[in-house]
Amino acid sequence: MRIGVVTFPGSLDDQDAARAVRYAGARPVKLWHADRDLRGVDAVILPGGFSYGDYLRCGAIARFSPVMSELVPAARAGLPVLGICNGFQILCEAHLLPGALTRNAGLRFITRDVRLTVENTRTAWTRGYGAGQELTIPLKSGEGAYTADEATLDELEATGRVVVRYAAGAPNGAARGIAGICGETGGVVGLMPHPEHAIEALTGPSGDGLGFFASVAGAFAKAAS
Amino acid sequence: MARVIVDVMLKPEIHDPQGEAVLGACHRLGFGQVSGVRQGKRFEIEIDGPAGEASLAAIAGLAGELLANPVIEDFSVHAAELPGRRHSPGSLRACG
Repeated sequence: MRIGVVTFPGSLDDQDAARAVRYAGARPVKLWHADRDLRGVDAVILPGGFSYGDYLRCGAIARFSPVMSELVPAARAGLPVLGICNGFQILCEAHLLPGALTRNAGLRFITRDVRLTVENTRTAWTRGYGAGQELTIPLKSGEGAYTADEATLDELEATGRVVVRYAAGAPNGAARGIAGICGETGGVVGLMPHPEHAIEALTGPSGDGLGFFASVAGAFAKAAS
Repeated sequence: MARVIVDVMLKPEIHDPQGEAVLGACHRLGFGQVSGVRQGKRFEIEIDGPAGEASLAAIAGLAGELLANPVIEDFSVHAAELPGRRHSPGSLRACG
């Protein structure tokens, strides 16, 4: 299975995302923001960082980059897409996910390991987890407070589209403790914490994040067999 | 050439921690009469031709697509009345 990792100017975590893909047994494929080409990949990761310097709003410029003109229709047609941190912000700006990420309630940039509860195990990126499973993975963001109007939040809750929630309360003021959500079909997932930084004990607080990448890789392995 | 101003503000129901931080600083500086601060963005856009109705409508479209995120922000568009005139701290007194 080939999983594309998009590099925007200002992306930071594309290398770690590619490494997580390798650890999950899939092949990472480099995608470049300026190319209108997804190179035939089976899934795409939008990594963390500060695309285009976070100018205007986080993800607002990246949304209009050439690679996104290919990615948005592909995602709407079912291509699995995972947006991590800045990638989550880009998915919201591109209207592939509802809501927006706003400045942390305490104004401080937060870098710490957080505990998450997996609430939706039907998405392409979380089907390898158990319902209610707790994960410890790093959060590192200044504008990570998930926000949406009440009707949207109610709909996300009612339709099970809250994928991961902060287990001990949102450190950034995110509405209803939401750390990550999915689109209507579960192919598109965005979350603020970084599963790609928690794929093994040597370099992360746990190996808990590997499941995101193994989930999508495993699903394809099953489909191919 | 004309100048069009787009003001972007967080919607009233969206928490504005930056505005709150500025409010706190106002009070520390002794401006106790300041009871609330909301922080936004202002874009000064130069366009070819006059800032007529069609131009303003086009810029409003641009604002809704790029300059503001309608999920969390409101915006307003208007033609600049005095293109190029600036208020700096030094000029405030002269401007009255």
